[in-house]
This record gives sequence, C-alpha cells and structure tokens, in this order.
Amino acid sequence: MHELAVTQSILDISLRHAQKVDAKRIVSINLVVGKFSSIVDDSVQFYWDMIAEGTIAQGASLHFTRVPAEMKCLECGHTFEPDDKTFACPECLSPRVRVTKGDELRVESIDVE
Amino acid sequence: MTRRIPILENILSANDQMAAHNRDVFDKSGVYAINIMASPGAGKTSVILKTLETLQGRLRLGVIEGDLATSIDTEKALAAGMPAVQINTGGDCHLDAVMISQVLPSLPLSKLDLVIVENVGNLVCPANFQLGTHVNVLIASIPEGDDKPYKYPGMYKGVQALIINKIDLLPYVPFNMDYFRQGVEVLNPGLVTFPVSAKTGDGMQAWTDWLLAQVKVRD
Repeated sequence: MHELAVTQSILDISLRHAQKVDAKRIVSINLVVGKFSSIVDDSVQFYWDMIAEGTIAQGASLHFTRVPAEMKCLECGHTFEPDDKTFACPECLSPRVRVTKGDELRVESIDVE
Repeated sequence: MTRRIPILENILSANDQMAAHNRDVFDKSGVYAINIMASPGAGKTSVILKTLETLQGRLRLGVIEGDLATSIDTEKALAAGMPAVQINTGGDCHLDAVMISQVLPSLPLSKLDLVIVENVGNLVCPANFQLGTHVNVLIASIPEGDDKPYKYPGMYKGVQALIINKIDLLPYVPFNMDYFRQGVEVLNPGLVTFPVSAKTGDGMQAWTDWLLAQVKVRD
C-alpha cells in the first residue's frame, strides 16, 4: 500500500532531474531496490501508469534492479543470502552475523530524450 | 537520442527532509518525541496508556494518534488533560513526515516534554517512513510468534528500542525467546529491549525509567 507514496517520489525525483537537463521525454527509469525495503514491483508499475500520465514520464519503463539481502558471518567471514527462517551462518552455524546489503531504495538513473 | 542521467537519489529523500524539519521543531521546543510501531493487536494502546499513566505528573505529555481505529481514544487523553491530536490517514497504511508536520502546530509543544506518536498498526510500511521523532520504538508481542524478526526484517532494523509485550502469555504460547532474540541481534545489534506485560504491569517500570532518562538527559 505504501507503494503509492514510493511511486509518487520516484516520479517527483525523475521529473526534477529531467527538467534540469531540458529533457523532452523520460524513456526509462532505473531503480535499485533492496530486499529489506519491501517494495512490490507490480504495485509500483500499477501506480506508475496512473500517476505518470500527462507528464513527460508517461510511458516510461521502470527497470528494477533487485538487491537480495546479504549477511556476513563475524566468526568465519562467510557471506550469504539468508532465508526467512534463520539468519545463522550456513557454513559454521554461528548466529553472530551482520547485515551487509538489502537496504537500498534509490533512483539510480534515468534515460531521457 | 537517448542519454542516461545519473541520479543516485534515495527514493524517500523528500520524506527524510521533512522528517529532519520535524526533528528541528521538536528540538527547538525542547520536546522528546517517540514513534511507536507494531502490528495490529500487539498492544500499542495498552502499553501507551500504561506509559502515560506512569509518567503523568512527572512529564508534560502529548499524543499524536495515527492509528486507523483510534485505539487510544484521543478523547481519553484529552480528558486526562493531555493534549492529543488525531491524524486521519484516510486508510493509508503508515504515517509520514508531512502528516506529522501538519499536526504539530495543534500541539502546545513549548509546554510539553514528551510526545508519543502512535503509528498505524502494520509491520511493513511504517518502517520506511521516518517521522522526525528521536526514537522509533517497536512493540512485538508473544502471541505474534518468535519468527517475526525473520519475516519483517525491515521493521526490526529501523528501531532504537524494542518492547516485547504480553510476556504473561509465555507459559501458554510456543515462543522461543532465544530464537527471537537471535534474529533481533543480527538485524539490530545491541538493541535495547524491554520484556513487559501491559496487563500485569510486569517490566513496565524498566521501560518507563528508560524513557524518562532519555527525556531528562536532554534538559
């Protein structure tokens, strides 16, 4: 449900940057979305089609680069993608691990004409 | 011809900026603010009411009520002499920094020490939206199950204090506290945690003492 707010922000950011370079049209928008930000691509696309209408971003395609969650074991240094049942290190079984990736939620770039 | 424009901007940067503005307003008024988040039914209302009850007379309190179901009666807080404002989210799943900034003028901030914001009951959406409060507090509860940190990591990562409510139900519900705490420790190392029962009052003292200390340290 918070995808509407997220989509609105994506549009605002894209339009602001497109305007700076006098772009006539935004062709595509490249997004980087980490696992922990809980954003559903389809919902963003759904809202996008509605709110981008009538702007220079109308019809722009949204490209999602998904960043999986990544954790690193403090005991053995192993890096792994956790599942949603345990965060323990799959190599040495230590529970002493830290999150290293997955928080990303940004507009990486836009392609304009 | 198509050109690529690099942006590298956090999608919620506008909300973050507004949150920074809210923080500034709180700071200038000498108010400490906390944002309470939880799933529906975790006991936000009971914990907040107990907290208000304990701190009343020791701190000047205000409430921003964002829950859809008006769970802390704004009127109840008002009747107890506490300034309270209700945010109508219009069915939205979370509060955001703009909503907070809009209601701040309705609170007599210069006459308050602590403002408690009750967020919408939800473990997903509120995690992404900073409000400008000094701490985000999550209330987990025993009947929800011990797997919640693993299922909702975004929420557990973004808080500065954790209350585990309904510990009086531990004998009746399968809940592995070690498993739960291991998940929390990975996502949020060293997170300050208060096991409580808002019903029996167990553990509430440690939580309100901590909160009181946070407020006082700013004076």
